[in-house]
Amino acid sequence: MSEATQARARTSQQKVAAGLKRRYRAELRFRSYGIAAVALGLLFVAFLFFSIISKGYTAFEQTFVRLEVSYAADKIDPDGKRAPADLEGANYEALVRQALRERFPEVTERGDLRKLYGLLSGSAETVVRARVLADPNRIGSRETLWLMADDHVDMLVKGHIDRNVPEDERSIDDRELGWIDRLTAEHRVEVRFNPKFLTGGDSREPEQAGVRGAVMGSLFTLLVTLFLSFPIGVAAAVYLEEFAKRNRLTDIIEVNINNLAAVPSIVFGLLGLAMFIQFFGLPRSAPLVGGLVLTLMTLPTIIITSRAALKAVPPSIREAAFGMGASPVQAVLHHVLPLAMPGMLTGAIIGMARALGESAPLLMIGMVAFIADVPKTLSDPATVLPVQVYLWASSPERAFVERTSGAIMVLLAFLLVMNAAAVFLRSRFERRW
Amino acid sequence: MSTEIAPTDPNVRIRVPRARVAAAADDSQPGSKIETKTVGQVTVADAVMTARRVNVHYGEKHAVKDVSLDIGRNAVIALIGPSGCGKSTFLRCLNRMNDTIDSARVDGSITLDGVDIYEKRQDVVQLRARVGMVFQKPNPFPKSIYENIAYGPRIHGLAANRAELDEVVQTSLAKAGLWEEVKDRLDHPGTGLSGGQQQRLCIARAIAVDPEVILMDEPCSALDPIATARIEDLIDELRQNYAIVIVTHNMQQAARVSQRTAYFHLGELVEVGATNQIFTNPRHRLTEDYITGRFG
Ligand SMILES: Nc1ncnc2c1ncn2[C@@H]1O[C@H](COP(=O)(O)OP(=O)(O)OP(=O)(O)O)[C@@H](O)[C@H]1O
Ligand SMILES: [Mg+2]
Repeated sequence: MSEATQARARTSQQKVAAGLKRRYRAELRFRSYGIAAVALGLLFVAFLFFSIISKGYTAFEQTFVRLEVSYAADKIDPDGKRAPADLEGANYEALVRQALRERFPEVTERGDLRKLYGLLSGSAETVVRARVLADPNRIGSRETLWLMADDHVDMLVKGHIDRNVPEDERSIDDRELGWIDRLTAEHRVEVRFNPKFLTGGDSREPEQAGVRGAVMGSLFTLLVTLFLSFPIGVAAAVYLEEFAKRNRLTDIIEVNINNLAAVPSIVFGLLGLAMFIQFFGLPRSAPLVGGLVLTLMTLPTIIITSRAALKAVPPSIREAAFGMGASPVQAVLHHVLPLAMPGMLTGAIIGMARALGESAPLLMIGMVAFIADVPKTLSDPATVLPVQVYLWASSPERAFVERTSGAIMVLLAFLLVMNAAAVFLRSRFERRW
Repeated sequence: MSTEIAPTDPNVRIRVPRARVAAAADDSQPGSKIETKTVGQVTVADAVMTARRVNVHYGEKHAVKDVSLDIGRNAVIALIGPSGCGKSTFLRCLNRMNDTIDSARVDGSITLDGVDIYEKRQDVVQLRARVGMVFQKPNPFPKSIYENIAYGPRIHGLAANRAELDEVVQTSLAKAGLWEEVKDRLDHPGTGLSGGQQQRLCIARAIAVDPEVILMDEPCSALDPIATARIEDLIDELRQNYAIVIVTHNMQQAARVSQRTAYFHLGELVEVGATNQIFTNPRHRLTEDYITGRFG
């Protein structure tokens, strides 16, 4: 090597060394931007979770009042025949009121009595009835029961009602306050786990309202969506990707699928209303129709992700299969589809997650109505979790605030379970290489 | 030796000197009248496959031009030529793999045991069971070693029961010289083998359906010299039972494994002949330029 080239090499080395520092700095900066972005994202998620859970966990608890109820024979079954119809139809409300009056014998005036009875939830009598129906031998005896308090008592106990504001601005007047305080002093008031929130349907009375109806509605709707959109979407993707000849028609179809994926979801709701309800005459508010509408909405997503998954399967696998004499269908079923399945499942879960959170198109087909019964079939009227959240959020009662957050927690749990199932399935498929 | 050539103008047709064409015609067997510009003898006495005036177009692109060639039984024929000259395309005509390419159009006639394989009645699935293929890059299925071999017999219904299938798997692996290496891990993924083992697995997979012809497209180009040597030995052994067509860029390999060699140039079959004749005494100038490395 000559002097000159050596010198040139040296200066190049120096230049590289000088630049190196700058490069490392840039790299460090870039990395810190990335970390900052991730941290910010996590912070928001943590904040979201904190605010929802801190507001919502109380929805799983409810104030109960301990009372001694006497199953008076003359009130339940005056003629002593224990006929089921008589037991069923007896006036249990009177027993509950009797129990309350025993606690507060000094209250006699009609208006005051009505207020006193209002301390307990309307559901108290159903608890008493259930006890009697479960064992008619209880008639004639006494029993201590924890009965659900009314929602405004619950709000007071949970600290959402300020005792210090003037009486006429409070939903609980001083006399009621006195009663509650007396019950509390006697250790008759307790905040306990409230299974009804998970097992009950919607109700106008906040303390009785539960998410079960919305959960079942969401479940039914999503099952319909999954069982329609996944097979149809995968079949469409396989056909378009593996079998269809590239021509004008398939190009048009492809463009349209891409466009459909970007159509606002409420439009699918209108389409569903016009097609499924008005034209085919399917019932309103039904999970079946909701599922059909969400199928329309998720199909493009599933088709697009499934096609991407198929494209990602190396062509050498297809060649190997064809070279062995596999027919095109065999090549797809035996080799391509198993390899594409994890990707397709990812697409399906993205589509399902979106469908789970969707409310706008379901409003159009009437899944927004107040429905107290838990749906049992695909054609029963139902609502879904996000719509339930919306309904409760727009209800005036203070007690619906915690229920709104509680319902969001249930929605998130639903989502987590769904994602976990998808991750599990995906790893199962991946392990089969 | 570099095989890249500067792409010549595709419109320039190769001009074969008149005298040589006449010589080629003289060479052809008495009785068989094959119109071809190819120098040397395109026919053989005992042909398992024959290609006559095969043309392949990819859309506008004329990739294989008027190629006529016989594939002899129990022999290896090597296809050589610069990159892009249509070797792979021609090879893929022999088991109709070009059917999978939308733009490809094949004209001419190709027969297997006297039956035109491009005829409507010919079943592609059956054809590919009779004409197996080994690709440039080893492409085992992402399944177990056993499943890789068993796949062909299974879809073609060659084994009546599990014992027969086990038998086929073992003999195929043994023929491909892989049995000893993998017999204890038949349930391991085929993709977990080394490159050379994978390629032998692919060969075993191809012979598992007991084909008549095996097509190999640069089967050793991704392998090291030792793995290559093993495959070459294997090809030599397989010749006892199969007709083999091998595309290669490696002149020594062509010389080592093949009995006949065909030289392609810009889609035309320029010269074909006994391998030692082609390498020692090429008759066409283009062949000579290529094998002496005067290209690129
Ligand atoms: N699928 C295809 N579509 C369009 N043109 C193609 C296609 N496959 C090959 N060709 C063209 O056909 C010609 C012949 O290609 P081919 O693959 O047969 O060459 P080759 O001789 O095998 O080359 P190499 O030695 O590089 O493998 C090339 O010009 C190539 O560009
Ligand atoms: Mg090639």
